[in-house]
Amino acid sequence: MEQTQATPELRSGSTPAPGAPAPGAPAPKARAKQRAQVPSLQTFLIPLLAVLTGLIIGGIVILVTDAVVVAAFRNFFREPGEALKAVWHSIASAYGSLLSGSFGSPREIIEGLQTYFAVGDPAPLLQAIYPITESLVASTPYIFAGLGVAVGFKCGLFNIGAEGQFFVGALGSAFVGYKLIGVPWFIHLPLAVLGGAVAGALWGAIPGYLKAATGGHEVVNTIMMNWIAFRLSDWLLNGPMKAPGYRPVTPQIEASAELPRLFALPIRFNVGFFLALAVAALIYWLIYKTTVGYEIRAVGANPDAARYAGMSITRNFVLTMMLSGGLAGLAGASQVLGIDHWVGQGFSAGYGFDAIAIALLGKSHPAGVVLAALLFGTLRSGATRMQSLAGIPIDIISIIQGLVIVFVAAPAIIRWLFRIRAGREEKLVLTRGWGA
Amino acid sequence: MTPVLELRGITKKFPGVLANDNINLTLEQGEIHALLGENGAGKTTLMNILYGLYKPDEGHISVRGQPVDIHVPNDAIARGIGMVHQHFMLVPVMTVTENVMLGVESTRGGAFLDREEAARRIEKLSEKYGLEVDPHTYIKDLPVGVQQRVEIIKVLYRQADILILDEPTAVLTPQEAEELFKILRSLTAQGKSIIFITHKLKEVMAIADRITVLRLGAVAGSVRPAETDPAKLAALMVGRDVNLVVSKKAATPGDVVLQVDDLHALDERGNLIVRGVSFDVRAGEVLGVAGVQGNGQTELVYALTGLRPPASGEIRILGEPLGRLTPRDILEKGVAHVPEDRQRHGLVLSFPVSDNLVLCTYYLPPFARGISLQEDAIISASQELVKQFDVRTPNVFVDVSTLSGGNQQKVIVAREFSRPIKLLIASQPTRGLDVGSIEYIHGRIIAKRDEGTAVLLVSSELDEILALADRIAVMYKGQIVEIVPAAGVNRKYLGLLMAGVKPAEAGAAVGVGAAEAEIERVF
Repeated sequence: MEQTQATPELRSGSTPAPGAPAPGAPAPKARAKQRAQVPSLQTFLIPLLAVLTGLIIGGIVILVTDAVVVAAFRNFFREPGEALKAVWHSIASAYGSLLSGSFGSPREIIEGLQTYFAVGDPAPLLQAIYPITESLVASTPYIFAGLGVAVGFKCGLFNIGAEGQFFVGALGSAFVGYKLIGVPWFIHLPLAVLGGAVAGALWGAIPGYLKAATGGHEVVNTIMMNWIAFRLSDWLLNGPMKAPGYRPVTPQIEASAELPRLFALPIRFNVGFFLALAVAALIYWLIYKTTVGYEIRAVGANPDAARYAGMSITRNFVLTMMLSGGLAGLAGASQVLGIDHWVGQGFSAGYGFDAIAIALLGKSHPAGVVLAALLFGTLRSGATRMQSLAGIPIDIISIIQGLVIVFVAAPAIIRWLFRIRAGREEKLVLTRGWGA
Repeated sequence: MTPVLELRGITKKFPGVLANDNINLTLEQGEIHALLGENGAGKTTLMNILYGLYKPDEGHISVRGQPVDIHVPNDAIARGIGMVHQHFMLVPVMTVTENVMLGVESTRGGAFLDREEAARRIEKLSEKYGLEVDPHTYIKDLPVGVQQRVEIIKVLYRQADILILDEPTAVLTPQEAEELFKILRSLTAQGKSIIFITHKLKEVMAIADRITVLRLGAVAGSVRPAETDPAKLAALMVGRDVNLVVSKKAATPGDVVLQVDDLHALDERGNLIVRGVSFDVRAGEVLGVAGVQGNGQTELVYALTGLRPPASGEIRILGEPLGRLTPRDILEKGVAHVPEDRQRHGLVLSFPVSDNLVLCTYYLPPFARGISLQEDAIISASQELVKQFDVRTPNVFVDVSTLSGGNQQKVIVAREFSRPIKLLIASQPTRGLDVGSIEYIHGRIIAKRDEGTAVLLVSSELDEILALADRIAVMYKGQIVEIVPAAGVNRKYLGLLMAGVKPAEAGAAVGVGAAEAEIERVF
């Protein structure tokens, strides 16, 4: 039985004759040190080019919506120089303010450093690094939630419910945060973090269990769980968890439950970011270095073979959805305990949905997810400044993010655009057919 | 006379692989030209080039002396080239006529299907070539052999006179294969020319007028059957001498290891497909389950391995009833399973070779300590297994999907045979493999038997059953028709049982004298 695919055709033919050493194979001793997961160049190239292409097309959108540029192009044949100048000006001010909004100005940072070392006054320095810290602040929940969706992908599950799990996690953390009073921080803070994780995990476990027990598709069920979470939070914020007063918000959490901030206000950067990096490392270990992760990956890559090998598909589905939901819950926890200190309506700003994009862009690998989350956090926080300085609506960022995702999800477009030959890339299993 | 088809200097490169290397092939009018080669020798690539699915890098094709360019399958069809694929492309819920006219519908008044016209043409073709197909039956009601004839009709209906048949006998019983050969003879007698792709030596000897052997993408030789014999062909195919006969001693059966009693099992759709099967397998013997695919063998194996619990009946391993054990419980009782569909059940294709080698033992020491995987232990054990089982792979870190079918199967065999096992369930263990790998895996199975393992071998290849089994159970429509000792069994008799003939009638039809002659031929 031969396959019609191109590559398998001569595989056995290209293997060496019996007894002959495999050509190019390293000596046995060196081989033992070699490790499997050496990602190909394309693994990095495609997402990078996707981001680049997204920025370029985003630039075109900025141009055609810029009245000055459009006006200059009306006179293009009379004054082509003016038109091109307008193009340059528009793009430079948009992306320039995006950059400075994300990273701050290098000059200000250097001056701040000089002042600090010369005079000992940290104020200018803190002001200069404010944009960077805001980018990291925005990245923190993205890392958690992106890891959550990525873990789901590893098991072949498409968790669209990160948004709902984020909400529930935030509420869980807030509850532990304001309800427990008079507890030392080294007990209160871990409990509050755990509260968010457990709440998210339980919220994720429900669609996981439904899938395992009834075959109900997780895409449908996680979407529905989102709506339940939104309305549940509305009710909680207007009832049982409402703070005294008119606004539908929870009470402020106790100071002992706050994730410690590293600088004085207005810098909101806190320990949550480092917690996110630590959790990313932990997830990497869990997925790639443990039997638990081996099972999750096997079930995701080939559930039939996993079953043949004696793994329980249902157990892995429930476990993975719990992990996934727990990570999304941590995203909510980091936002409440680190930034907002209370939960209000419309708390999330779509972190859970962006997380899907981040997991895709990061190829579901923890390191990739961290990088993608940093990118999204940076874009998000820079966009605010771009809006105020260059007058470019913040929505342009959503367009760029959307384009990046399209290109990552359909790499054929990028390969075609940049004339890259298809490599043997790991296929990302998003989800199997309905009810599979 | 100009040949009907001529391929000159066809070369096709894939990244890193020379799939076809300067291949010349000439097909004369009215001949059956067998294209013989192992998997990966380049047969399918060559035919896909001829059929317009690939573009050759070099070389040219002429049909009846005219150079032609074939870019898409329609070009090939227009030149009278037709392909009968190994996997049928038929719609089961449609009639023969409807299937045949798909894509070339005859119409009346421009919009209405003219089934009668099509049916008349099908009847004419069927009569002319002795195909015996009723155009009005539904595909789902037809046996596999007849479905294949429908595929042939489809090609003839499109007025092909060069037919390419890709591994046509893979799904047929021996009798059906005989029938097919008769039809092919009748086609060539009336001027059609046939390229017959196969890796089965016996077939080419029986049917081909000429044989072209491919090896590693190049023509290794072109011979007439009269000038050669199976051993020489095998040597051409593999590039070395091949032992075609499995040498084995008589079995020394011990205690009963697997005992199956009145087993019933369901298929995917919940239909009862195994209906009351009882047998046992002893330590140190091979029980071969023969039968045409789809007679419940798959579901029998699923039931035995826990992949789909049986509907009723009892399974005992070493006297202990299985009850409702999970696949892992059964694995841990010392049952090894070489699954029928190696890519679906046997391997995680996107995992490296090393991870696939521990697929059933990853959670046990030394491969895991607590939940922490011990990579060094996994890698060194894998390297040992790869060496021991002669898996041809550059290293154990490449994805198992990059290996050839034969080497993928060796990965499974290495994994399953290296565990301490008492019962081996091997389902179609050599399907689609090349001669060299078959020889190797057969040897390993017999070695396991000689170590005292009970072996249940399920195969739809009668040759494989005859080569390995000590006792043979024939399965038909979910039941075991008969269990006979393999020694001295008559091949034709088994073929008749596989086709549903009652044992008594089959015995009468074959006769004792014929049986002995048959044994001569088989061994």
